[in-house]
Amino acid sequence: MTELSERLRLSEELLQEMPAAPISAQEPVRDAVIDPPENAVFSLSELSLWYGNKQALGDVGFKIPVKRVTALIGPSGCGKSTLIRCLNRMNDLIAGVRTIGVVSYHGQDIYAPDIDPVEVRRRIGMVFQKPNPFPKSIYENVAFGAKVNGYKGNMSQLVEQSLRQAALWTEVKDELKKSGLALSGGQQQRLCIARALAVQPDVILMDEPCSALDPIATLKIEDLIRELVKDYTIIIVTHNMQQAARVSDYTAFMLSDAQGVGHLVEYGPANDIFTNPKDKRTEDYITGRFG
Amino acid sequence: MATAPVVLRAQGRVAVRQAVSNASRYVFLGASLLGVGVLLILAYVTIEKGAGRLSWDFLTNYPSRFPEQAGLRSSILGTVWVMALTIVMALPIAVGTAIWIEEFAPRNKLLAFVKLNLSNLAGVPSIIYGVLGLAVFGRYFGLGPSIMTGALTLSLMIMPMTVIASQEAIRQVPPSIRDGALALGATKWQTVWYHVLPGAAPGIITGIILAVSRAAGETAALIMIGAFTFIAFDNTWPDQDFTTVPIQIYNWTIRPQEAFRENAAAAIIVLMVAVFSLNLLAAIIREKFRRS
Repeated sequence: MTELSERLRLSEELLQEMPAAPISAQEPVRDAVIDPPENAVFSLSELSLWYGNKQALGDVGFKIPVKRVTALIGPSGCGKSTLIRCLNRMNDLIAGVRTIGVVSYHGQDIYAPDIDPVEVRRRIGMVFQKPNPFPKSIYENVAFGAKVNGYKGNMSQLVEQSLRQAALWTEVKDELKKSGLALSGGQQQRLCIARALAVQPDVILMDEPCSALDPIATLKIEDLIRELVKDYTIIIVTHNMQQAARVSDYTAFMLSDAQGVGHLVEYGPANDIFTNPKDKRTEDYITGRFG
Repeated sequence: MATAPVVLRAQGRVAVRQAVSNASRYVFLGASLLGVGVLLILAYVTIEKGAGRLSWDFLTNYPSRFPEQAGLRSSILGTVWVMALTIVMALPIAVGTAIWIEEFAPRNKLLAFVKLNLSNLAGVPSIIYGVLGLAVFGRYFGLGPSIMTGALTLSLMIMPMTVIASQEAIRQVPPSIRDGALALGATKWQTVWYHVLPGAAPGIITGIILAVSRAAGETAALIMIGAFTFIAFDNTWPDQDFTTVPIQIYNWTIRPQEAFRENAAAAIIVLMVAVFSLNLLAAIIREKFRRS
């Protein structure tokens, strides 16, 4: 009899030590978002976004470091493009979009009511997935952003400098009057990067910049990104994990939940994310078990 | 197991389907030829009747009660004056409306109301515009049967179709161009001015040329405002009375003398050449912009 009660007492103690409920696969691991030690250019806090009645982003919060490459990865539809478009208020252009939360750029909330989105976009440039040069000459493409922002200096010099920074100058320097549309896909994308650089921004956002390009053009752009990051902060959305591993310093992994709301699952130095992810879902995505 | 030999020539049901498809080709060809054929017949009949009357004198004479001396001088000048004023007044308002609808307007009930009424107005018969023009511009504003009244009336008449054509032209500028410009820190107006309008220009120009060629042939509305009149002077100012080529044609057609019908046929040839030239110009502009 005492043996039985002794066993009962022991099992009681064991039960007390066990966690009350098993950790659900959907609950985020709290220390999976590691903010970088460097100065932050962006500080997102409780950012949520709705397209009409449908929520697309849920409570995203992390810090993006200055003069580093930060990559957003995740399966299709997880909200990475939506998130990056929040950073330069391009989502404002879509009817019915509602954003709550704070996107703090060098300490100022860019969604504050007195902030002008045009000023925001001057400082935070964007390169799109499909290269979209204007149907004008190469020179006019690069000069446009500077012109509308009231650049008063030597425009030819600015155009040359921007094209050099985008690693396109040597290929087009004798043909600046040629239409931007006459270039190859990779060249068009570098032209789009050059025209974003001509505005002399602080940050460059790139929404899947290589997904419409062939592998050689992709590598050229990746080399360009590693060059540009010496002077600019770069945030890149990519569905190509190897690219994120090659190019980024910090990586954020996003997932959408059962209701289709995108969440930030894990964030930290690229090395850590790809070699030693904290969250099982990150590990599954990176090892290719889904997505 | 032996398989039946493969036969690739059409037979049975396939042959019937093919026959129907081939026949339908000829049916559609016939329909096209019918339309073109009617046009050619009309052109032939007109040219046969009127070509003899075409001459420099015919173009430079004033109308007269003697058919051999009657000409198109005043009606050509009247048409040119009214068309010019119509373009100047209608184009900025129509393009401005289209820009507002496509680029700036919030997507609310007011916008839906405007768009609905635009389509309705495009279908209103032109004589109603004539009555409106007479009452408002001719009588209430006291402009009388002048070129200005005619131009204002025709501007209203071609406004809906020009707005709709401009809307279509603006809409086919790809959104990626707008995104690209806005992402560089351009304001909405800068984006419209530097990228949307140049991109929409061929469509807008084509639209206005077609609207103007429609207005050039407008008769009922201008008769209503008082342009069915005898003009024997050159128009020099918008407050003058006027007449136009289509009205002059109508005028000659209802006269009893056969010689006037010949005049009318000749005038129809002149009007048709003008309208065809305008349409050809529109097509050339479209092609030129499509190439670049």
